[in-house]
Order: sequence, then C-alpha cells, then structure tokens
Amino acid sequence: MKKLNTLLAQKENLLSIYFTCGYPELGDTTQVISALEKSGVDFIEVGLPYSDPLADGPTIQDSSQKALENGINLDIVFEQLMTIKETNKTPLVLMGYLNQMLKYGEEKFCQKVVDCGIETLIIPDLPMVEFENHYQALFDKYGLTNVFLITPNTSEERIRKIDTYTKSFIYMVASSSITGAKGEISEQQIAYFERITAMNLKSKCIIGFGISDKPTFTIACKHAQGAIIGSAFIKHIGANGIEKITDFIKPIIT
Amino acid sequence: MKSKFQPDENGYFGQYGGAFIPELLYPNVKELADNYIQIIESEAFQTEYKSLLKDYVGRPTPLYLAKRLSEKYGAHIYLKREDLNHTGAHKVNNTVGQILIAKKLGKTKIIAETGAGQHGVATATVCALMGLECTVFMGEKDIVRQAPNVARMKMLGAKVVPATSGSKTLKDATNEAIRYWIQNPATFYLIGSVVGPHPHPDMVARLQAVISEEMKWQLKEKTGKENPDTIIACVGGGSNAAGAFYHYMEDEAVELIAVEAAGLGVNSGESAATSQLGEVGIIHGSKTILMQDEYGQIQEPYSISAGLDYPGVGPLHAHLYETKRAKFMNATDKEALAAAYELTKIEGIIPALETAHALAVLPKIKFKKDQVVVINLSGRGDKDLEIFIKHLEE
Repeated sequence: MKKLNTLLAQKENLLSIYFTCGYPELGDTTQVISALEKSGVDFIEVGLPYSDPLADGPTIQDSSQKALENGINLDIVFEQLMTIKETNKTPLVLMGYLNQMLKYGEEKFCQKVVDCGIETLIIPDLPMVEFENHYQALFDKYGLTNVFLITPNTSEERIRKIDTYTKSFIYMVASSSITGAKGEISEQQIAYFERITAMNLKSKCIIGFGISDKPTFTIACKHAQGAIIGSAFIKHIGANGIEKITDFIKPIIT
Repeated sequence: MKSKFQPDENGYFGQYGGAFIPELLYPNVKELADNYIQIIESEAFQTEYKSLLKDYVGRPTPLYLAKRLSEKYGAHIYLKREDLNHTGAHKVNNTVGQILIAKKLGKTKIIAETGAGQHGVATATVCALMGLECTVFMGEKDIVRQAPNVARMKMLGAKVVPATSGSKTLKDATNEAIRYWIQNPATFYLIGSVVGPHPHPDMVARLQAVISEEMKWQLKEKTGKENPDTIIACVGGGSNAAGAFYHYMEDEAVELIAVEAAGLGVNSGESAATSQLGEVGIIHGSKTILMQDEYGQIQEPYSISAGLDYPGVGPLHAHLYETKRAKFMNATDKEALAAAYELTKIEGIIPALETAHALAVLPKIKFKKDQVVVINLSGRGDKDLEIFIKHLEE
C-alpha cells in the first residue's frame, strides 16, 4: 500500500471517497475498495458502521444501520481488509467512533488496524484533550496517526495546536454541520478556506462534509490538497449498486 | 477538601464523564464549561432562580410522611413531593436554572430532548415564560405513548420534532438534538438529565440539588435530624436521583438507593437496567456505563416508562455505582405498575411510571424499626393514565 503522506506531499487535487463497510451488502467492502482504486481515487476513508454516529447525517446513518443489519462487525471488517492487504495499493484511512475502539480493546484494535496495513485513524468523537491524556502514546506505540477535524468555529490557537499534532492531514470540515450534501459552497465558506490557507499551516488540509460533485470538489481543491466525498457516494451505490462506481468517480476527476 | 463526587477539571467523576464531542461542538461546550459555575454561584442568578422556584414552580415542595405506606412497610417513609411542582415533575428545577444560564449567555433559541415528555414540557414552559424559541426532539415511539405531553408542548408554543432513527426513543431524541446543535451552534442545548458532555451532568446535578437542600431542613423540622437513613430514587439518566442524593453524597451514613427499570426482567433482553447490563462505554459525549454489544454498538433498552428507557446512566451515577456509594436496585414494568396502584389506593397520589419504580422496591427491602426513608416522588402520573387504565384490568 502506498504511503498516504507521500501522496499528500506529491499530489494535488486528491480525491478521497468515504464508504460504509458492509454496505449495500455485507461482502461489498473489498469490492468497493477495489472499484474505487480502479476508478482513480487517491485514498479511501473506510467507515466502521456505528449505531449512534453523532457527527453523521441521515445518509451515512442509514447506510450504517443497513450494514449492521447485514451483520457487519469489527472482526468481519478486519478479516475483509486482510484479504486485500497485498493487492490494494490505495491508502486507507479508518473512520469510526471511539466507543467501538474502547469496547474492542484499545491495544487489540490498534494492532488489528496496523495488521491491515492502515496507519491513519479518524475518530470524530475523540477530542484533543483525551488524545493528549490517553491516546497519543498508544497511537505512537503502534505508529498510527490521528486525523483532527477543524471547523469554521475552531479558534486560531486551537488550529495551531492541531497543526503541531498532525502527522498526516487536517480534516477541514467545510461548514458547521453533520455529513451530507448541501449543494453549493457559499462565499462565507470560501472566506473560511482562505483564512485557513493564510495561516500557512505545516499540515496539508483535506476538505470534507458537503462535498458531493465535480463543482464542489473543484472549489475545495482550490483551497486545500483535496477533498472527501461521502454521503453523495453512499447515495450513488445505494441507488445503483456497486457495479457503477466508475460512473460516479470519472466525472469528478476528469 | 476535594469532594469524591464532584467532577475534576475535565469533567470526570472517577473514571466516568469527560466530554467526548466532535470538534464541531467544542466552542459551545467550552463556553458553557467556562461560565456555568460562575453564573450559578452569582448573586443575580441565585436571586432570580430562587424567586422563580418559589413563586413560579411552587417550591419548597412538601416532605410528606406517608402514614399508611409507612405502616405497611414498617418504616417512616417520607415522600419528597416533586410531583407537586409546576408541570408535574422535578424536571422544571433544571429548566428554570438552565434558561437563566442561556439568557445570561445571550442565547435566544433553545433545543431539548425528551423521553416521557416531562423535560420537554418543562423546557417549553420556561421558553414560553422567557419568550424564547423552543424546539424539542422526541422519539417517534415516545410521541405515541406520551401523547398528552406532546399536546402540552405544542400548546406552549414549542416545535416537536420526531426522532425517527434507531429505537425512536430517548437515546435517539438526544442524538437528534446533538446533531441539530452541531448544525446550529448559536442554539442553547437545554439537556434534561445528568448526562451528556461535561459540564452538562454537573450543571444539571447542581440545579436539581435544591431537592436534597430542602430535604435537609424539612427532615430537621420533622424528625430533629437533617439526615434520613435511606433515600430512594428512580434512575434513567439520573437527574431526580442526583438532586435527591446531592447534599448527602459525602455522608456515608445515609444509604442511597438508585432504582433502574428492569422492563420485562433484568435478563429478559427487554430491560433498561444499565448498571446490571452495561459496561464502560461512551454515549452522548460522556464515558459511563452503557448497554452495548460486544462491538460497542449501543443497544436498545426497554422499559414501560419512557423516562427510564435509556441505555446509559449519568457519569455521576456510574461513579456512585462503581464506588458502591449508592446501592442499585431495579423494578420490572409489573412491579412498577403494582406500586403505582398501591400508592394511589392507600395515599391518594398517582405517581408517574418512572417514580413508581422507586416505590416498587419497598417490598424488597427489610427495614429496621424507626428507619427514616425518603422516596423522591419525582413526578405525577397524569401523563401515564392511558397506560394505567390499560393495565388496570390485569
């Protein structure tokens, strides 16, 4: 698997796709990853379905619910990811909620993640103070990096601190919202993107939440190293199945 | 001296608590955490809060020696009559306090979650009083089983938004309230129980503490001693219990009994007895005891009582449980119904279904002669009449 950091350093206009493991069907996880890789996606956010995903909008909630009904669980996810460890070349980022890691056993969870060849975690309900007090040492031990989120309401001081902790990229939440398509990007959002650019952070930023198509992706790429599309992709595979993944990706990257 | 039952600077009661929130909520929660103690302890707040509790809510609530109940169970059983509060439950102590905090912070839009609808009604009430916009999130299932409270909220001018995800009960209403809060950071989330990210559990406990503050002087008047031997309260999230225990937590001579809802039976698979069925986990931004499966997926609880139908418990209570400072008992739907009928029949008081769980442990306890017991009668049963009538024939 390629290193995410190499990619972040060398390539612009990075497209990342979020998908929910075990959705639409239990066994689709690996096929979605391989289809995304073939379509030219730069890195993939692998979503661990959770019963109570506080930061997610209805689309990702529904896909998580469906995946859980399909019988997905962490052990199955790790088994699925192990089967493609050698063949998949696209960096994977694991996104889940803290309680999943807590209940699975924090050390065991980290070990499994590393075994699957993954180095990067996004845990939206892991706040910075808990990271500092309890998780930084653990992640360091396993060579894992944690992605922090910033929002239009995050203070400059806090962004600077997040920048120093960041070893991969900063997840720049495009607006004060949960996940899900919003349509266009407003002038207010662009002003926020520009404010962050002007801060000259050492870390690369990737924009997510509300990025759904070619126009929003293009604008996001003007202000960051790339962008993440989640809900719009979930909707697409929900409606069209996983055979037509290229139809969704191609118009965005060409 | 540092109290064992006050949170530390990060909002931990022992190993429980904290603020496990997405970055999106950080500014809101920080603003509250930085200001709530200062506001609550200010003279201006105290004056207005106490005056509203007295003249609007109707406090102090009576501490009533239930003679026939006492005779039946062989103890001196006092009922702390929170059911006589305006809006019919202890919930209003908290909403009156939080609405004053919201105003002080310059907030004009209020959101809340509700289970049985008591907190929703209490929130809609104080919003009407203060002329603030109010949106209440309520599980779709609870909207059906607590219809009178939905009507009350609407009459009070609140917008009631059904939570249609998950189990469609209190947990999901809270999820939806938090999601709305993320998207509308200028709103004030007026949380109804001692749950959620720090500082909410501590703030709500402080605002409910008036219950045990009154109990102290009322007991002194009636028995000559400030302390009872035992305090019993029902626990869903745990706000009425937090209030009834608050000023007694440090005094280990006072036995604290928390009663959870066992639904159809603790091990029936249809229960909400979190301390018995849960393990350490995170729900609604707080590390606590949580009903979950082996992969950390939050389980759907069950209780006949919408107000106790919650898969977690406040972090203070998780700490009281773990340190064994409080004894945790539970009561099934059937036992709660029987206790409600009994109190109605022998004392002429129809309790809320939630409260009935606290009463339902009386037959399970062996009381010493002259034992002074206070049961926090957290709410009245008007909202549950339909359920009471349905089960009356059984």
